[in-house]
Amino acid sequence: MLSKKNKEILLGPLSKNNPVIVQILGICSALAVTAKLEPALVMAVSVTAVVAFANVIISLLRNTIPNSIRIIVQLVVVAALVIIVDQILKAYMYQVSKQLSVFVGLIITNCILMGRLEAFALSHKPWESFLDGIGNGVGYGIILVIVAFFRELLGSGTLFGYQVIPQQMYDWGYQNNGLMILPPMALITVACIIWVHRSRNKDLQQ
Amino acid sequence: MNKQGNTYTLIYTSVMVIVVAFILAFAAIGLKPAQEKNIAIDKMSQILSSVNIVSTPENAQELYGKYIDDSYVIAPNGQLTQGESFHLDLAAQLKQPEAQRSLPIFIYTDEKESHKYIIPLSGSGLWGPIWGYISVDDDGNTVYGAYFAHQGETPGLGAEIDKPPFQKQFQGKHFFINGKFTPITVEKAGQKPQNGADYVDAVSGGTITSKGVQTMLQTCVKPYAKFLESLNSNQI
Repeated sequence: MLSKKNKEILLGPLSKNNPVIVQILGICSALAVTAKLEPALVMAVSVTAVVAFANVIISLLRNTIPNSIRIIVQLVVVAALVIIVDQILKAYMYQVSKQLSVFVGLIITNCILMGRLEAFALSHKPWESFLDGIGNGVGYGIILVIVAFFRELLGSGTLFGYQVIPQQMYDWGYQNNGLMILPPMALITVACIIWVHRSRNKDLQQ
Repeated sequence: MNKQGNTYTLIYTSVMVIVVAFILAFAAIGLKPAQEKNIAIDKMSQILSSVNIVSTPENAQELYGKYIDDSYVIAPNGQLTQGESFHLDLAAQLKQPEAQRSLPIFIYTDEKESHKYIIPLSGSGLWGPIWGYISVDDDGNTVYGAYFAHQGETPGLGAEIDKPPFQKQFQGKHFFINGKFTPITVEKAGQKPQNGADYVDAVSGGTITSKGVQTMLQTCVKPYAKFLESLNSNQI
């Protein structure tokens, strides 16, 4: 089940081959949903589920898909899965779906999905594709959560909506950094993560 | 069969589209009752929030049944008449000519038998629709509580309108100044409206959303002015 090669497929995207900080994919949603931790976490889980299942479906169909319309087929599979996820959230996790609102629909536009389908699922067996999907989804999620952690802490003084910076600090003149909530700081935070990551992995430097 | 040929491609797409359409249709129809129930419960919980009652999805229905009466609407002449408010769409009613409107209203009766009148609001923010409920004391003037929600305002900025710190500001504000209908305005911190209306502080960084709230208060409460005024005069 988990041979050495499969382990590499599953764990590679977490660090050495991370979709966000190494391949620089899915940056747009990393900017959009990371002002608070909770939507970032649900987004990470939703993307992981969608990319894993889309990978499996495309991998199962890979020998039947006509080459000329393969992108369209991938898009249809992804869009259908995202709509189903959205409907299920609305029916059984209404509060969460309310918080994510439009972002669930935006999963369709996440480049990681199309990237994995095109680069991996079209040429690999279902089980490996599933692991690849989970690995890339989690790799994406880790970065999202790290970025959201700093943005919510410094921008709103809260984590998961709970106040963590004591009122006393505010009385002494501490202020939330409003800039952290705005999209540019997400980009700068991602850049800082890339910086730390590259300086620890010399082989990624160019 | 030639997998790269046009015939194969055409058949493949047709089959795929039909299969996906069926799956999605089944998912949508199968989940619809659960979704509609959630939406109704959520609406009840929002209405309860506007009279400062905190509810959970589990007890919202029970609390709503206990406190809120939705069996009245407001006729064009500003009088309360029998009618069903819960499924009445305010935005659609506002589009109709004034003489044909019936406006939804929810009446909250607390333990001391005093009434609050809850007015639904709907408008638009920066990215999409915003809506809310505002409750008015039985003097037809003083705000008892307010609740706002949004579909997709920026988290941390415009989205703050659905948080208590913004909503609590509305308590105790007035809709009538010197007997004249002057809707509550939303102002940049430190500024005051020129017409002497009551005001609250806007969300910093959420200017367009805050303006949306202000516009919503003007356009949605104005049609109720006649009714609120009649409550007003009953008092005197």
